Amino acid sequence: MSSAVAVEGLAVGYGGAPVLRDVSFSVPPARSVCVLGPNGGGKTTLFRALTGELRPLDGRVQVDGRPAYVAQTERTRLDFPVSALDVALMGSLAHGRWWLPAARQERDAARAALERVGLADEEASRFGELSGGQRQRVLLARAIVQDTPVLLLDEPLAGVDPASAELISALFDELRSEGRTLLVSTHDVRSARRFDLVLCLSRRQVAFGPPAEALDQASLEATYGSELIVIDDDGPLRAVTVQHHEH
Amino acid sequence: MDVVDFILDPWRSGIGRNALLEVLLLGAFCGAFAYWVVSERLAYATESLSHGLLPGLVIAALAGAPLLLGAAGGALAAAALIALAARDERIGPETGTAVAVSGLLGVGALLALSPDAPPRLSELLFGDPLGVARSDLVAAGALALLGGTALVVLHRPLSALAFDEPGSRALGLRPGLLRAALLILLAAAVTVAVQGLGNLLVLATLVAPAVAVRRYASTPARAMLAGSAGAALAGMAGIYASFHAGAAAGACVALALCLLALAGVVLPLRRA
Repeated sequence: MSSAVAVEGLAVGYGGAPVLRDVSFSVPPARSVCVLGPNGGGKTTLFRALTGELRPLDGRVQVDGRPAYVAQTERTRLDFPVSALDVALMGSLAHGRWWLPAARQERDAARAALERVGLADEEASRFGELSGGQRQRVLLARAIVQDTPVLLLDEPLAGVDPASAELISALFDELRSEGRTLLVSTHDVRSARRFDLVLCLSRRQVAFGPPAEALDQASLEATYGSELIVIDDDGPLRAVTVQHHEH
Repeated sequence: MDVVDFILDPWRSGIGRNALLEVLLLGAFCGAFAYWVVSERLAYATESLSHGLLPGLVIAALAGAPLLLGAAGGALAAAALIALAARDERIGPETGTAVAVSGLLGVGALLALSPDAPPRLSELLFGDPLGVARSDLVAAGALALLGGTALVVLHRPLSALAFDEPGSRALGLRPGLLRAALLILLAAAVTVAVQGLGNLLVLATLVAPAVAVRRYASTPARAMLAGSAGAALAGMAGIYASFHAGAAAGACVALALCLLALAGVVLPLRRA
């Protein structure tokens, strides 16, 4: 496969009319992609189509292997009594043998992944009692244990403390340098410049390409509409931020 | 009566021994399985299934067939009818289920109150652990062995599913199949446990143990082990109370389980 992720003419929805349509893009291996868009713009829906949870109403989706999916931590069951190590270990279920207790090498891999995300000392801590940034790093450790060519990360930097955000961003660079492809959804236009490619969604594909091309004023206005606020005019990439709406 | 006699008397009686073994075996499995019933919010499904299988039980009693067979047939028919009623989007799944279950309970009562009915309706409704036969013990033993094995085998996938369904799907797990496996285990547990605990009280053994231990256990596995031990001990306490006080055994077991749950809710928190 020449592309790690290839989407062509995708229309996808939840039973009725499509909530996301006209999506066509192709990502070569070892690239990072920022999936940008407002709430309800179709970012999570795209990820659900890429994991196979939602079947396309039209078009096709091709992914190299089964992608790892890192959900927003608020969407996990925070009251479920599992430790950070238990969560990281769940990544090994992707390798089969789900009917057997975790083997020693699986535990070692999970501990190594926790160490890599800077949480070696927190392996016994209950997941729901960790900070938002720590929880996000534990979910990243689970994805590392899953060991897949493509990772989908749903707003991994939302509500994360600055130290965790820095660590997570550095980890993205590491994972990409290992040859993995990352699709990272976010509201934050400013963080999009760090990525190789940017995909703008607003219930349809608005733009796709390198940040310098995809983040022009016209694309951002088409993506965010009235949510867009110009805070200075030093240039389009530094000129905008986005209001966060609580839903 | 000294303490030794108090403890040993039920074991010296064949009826008491069978009742104790029945609640030990049922408690061992149902107490552990209760964790998933509560965690996956299946309490209403459990109640619906146990009430809805009454016609099957009554028909088996009228025909002189094994109650286990009637319970299994009743559970299947109830599950199908509940699924059908719950699909009607005009009234919604909870209302559809409530109507279907009330209807099934009514049919069961109507059959049980017919002139040909044997005088065993109270046993069907409230259970009688003191009346269990050898075949009931075999069924409870099979449930403990096979159901317990299934819980061990499915433990990691079920934990991943309960923690994060989209993430579990991305791991290659099949949430639909895992939920179906839970429902099959639930149907098997209700079918077997209804023999000893009755149609109305079986819910206690499939919910109360998890309520009792969930605040204290630090992992699902510990909660299941604690629930299993708690249910077996509460079941035995119920049989002892029934044996020595001459009270209805099914009700005593259900009450002991509910007291255990109450203790788990109100006692100060000290996590294991």
